[in-house]
Amino acid sequence: MVSGLITALLLALFIGGWIWAWSPARKRDFDAAAQLPLNDDAAPAGKEHRP
Amino acid sequence: MSAQSQTFYNDKVVRQFTVMTVVWGIVGMLVGVLLAAQYYWPVLNFDQHVSWLSNGRLRPLHTNAIIFAFGGCALFASSLHIVQRTCHVRLISDGLAAFVFWGWQAIIVAAAITLPLGYTQGMEYAELVWPIDVAITVVWLAYAALFFGTIAKRHVQHIYVANWFFGAYIITIALLHVVRNLAIPTGWMSSYPVYSGAVDAMVQWWYGHNAVGFFLTAAFLGMMYYFIPKQAERPIYSYRLSVVHFWALIAIYMWAGPHHLLYAALPDWAQSLGMVFSLVLLAPSWGGAINGILTLSGVWHKLRTDPILKFLIVALSFYMMSTFEGPMMSIKTVNSLSHYTDWTIGHVHSGALGWVAMISIGSLYALWPRLLGLKQMYSTKWIDTHFWIHTVGVVLYIASMWIAGVMQGMMSRATDPNGTLVYPEFISTLIETKPYYLIRLAGGVLCLIGMGLMLVNVLKTLQQAKNPAPQPVLEPDAAQARA
Repeated sequence: MVSGLITALLLALFIGGWIWAWSPARKRDFDAAAQLPLNDDAAPAGKEHRP
Repeated sequence: MSAQSQTFYNDKVVRQFTVMTVVWGIVGMLVGVLLAAQYYWPVLNFDQHVSWLSNGRLRPLHTNAIIFAFGGCALFASSLHIVQRTCHVRLISDGLAAFVFWGWQAIIVAAAITLPLGYTQGMEYAELVWPIDVAITVVWLAYAALFFGTIAKRHVQHIYVANWFFGAYIITIALLHVVRNLAIPTGWMSSYPVYSGAVDAMVQWWYGHNAVGFFLTAAFLGMMYYFIPKQAERPIYSYRLSVVHFWALIAIYMWAGPHHLLYAALPDWAQSLGMVFSLVLLAPSWGGAINGILTLSGVWHKLRTDPILKFLIVALSFYMMSTFEGPMMSIKTVNSLSHYTDWTIGHVHSGALGWVAMISIGSLYALWPRLLGLKQMYSTKWIDTHFWIHTVGVVLYIASMWIAGVMQGMMSRATDPNGTLVYPEFISTLIETKPYYLIRLAGGVLCLIGMGLMLVNVLKTLQQAKNPAPQPVLEPDAAQARA
């Protein structure tokens, strides 16, 4: 009984997490966050490679 | 925000840890090569003359050197770099940073002395005697203060996903280390653990497997989430998937430890629990890896010209292989064949040499010139050479151990029609295994040569840099700035 309830609770938590992460309201923030590693250099290095 | 007194990043500690990563990588792999040679030429144990060169003494030195010295230094370097760049702020304390660096190096040296001398707690990955364990706790707490203190002072609203992985790793390793090493000292070099019997075994593999899960997985995923976007010059394929990846991975990893104790004295329900959680773990593992690999969609051509990206992406391929293999090996029926064979050794090295080493090597090749204000490493061609030497080495290593392991498992369970064991003596499997030990040695030697090439490349790049200027802390985009 208890283990079933815990399983159900964890499943709800997991699905809730998906809904939270995929909610359209978050999209703008997440897109901005995803840029964080890309705009932290004064002069981006490693763009040129020797053949 | 304009009243910022410290305007430069602390790159010194990151540079120190980067160089030591390569140095300890060479040391750890050198010990590994010696151990592999001992399996083929037992005379190399020299145990008639010096006990500290014997396999039993050097094996924990190898595992500790690779995980905590090589892997540890790579994680300190990358986490302390990433937290500064993605938070747009200098580390909170230079003194604390120096303490973490020198403290960790002192611990590594202490380990390298005590383990060959035979001082051990006899627990896998927790061999170090209690005074060193206390020192690790102190340095680790200083590291936690440095990392989380820097996060707290960040100038960016959002905490980038890589930092979440590093944060989980720092908290979990503190917890694991303290709980596993709780002991009653009986002298400076000896102690008794507070647990006994099956409870001790369960604590051991809760610790051991989560060391894999959080030290060797979560933290290196943090590295992946920064350096793959950086090197591909594209944002991560799906940021929301990375959020689900993080929570799913850390929630599930905690419970997979019992798969190390299948068919042991552990209660059967606990064994089944460990097996089920290990199987579920496949989902977040592959979800995260696919997230990293798909970051390259649209720019796959970069793999042709950029050996650093090759390292990073092939690291993820090995990660996917070993996170498929791991759940499979934790199925009880498969485990009855694989346990106590060299298959386990092959699996571990698919993770350590394939995933951990390749993601670290690729990340450090990307990081090192940036730290020195250069565009690229001294020789990009050497990086490509390193990539191929290392890849061939890993494949030789893991393929030989897979074949040897499955063969050992099949021989150990072979019975004749009367039900009698066909190979009751251990020596019969050992004789059949011997050629594979030579192939494994060749694979290890190749990986070691690659690391030697990396050291030369790193030092030549350092030579080119002369006097690198300190790098200023950049103001974040107005939209991302923290009020």
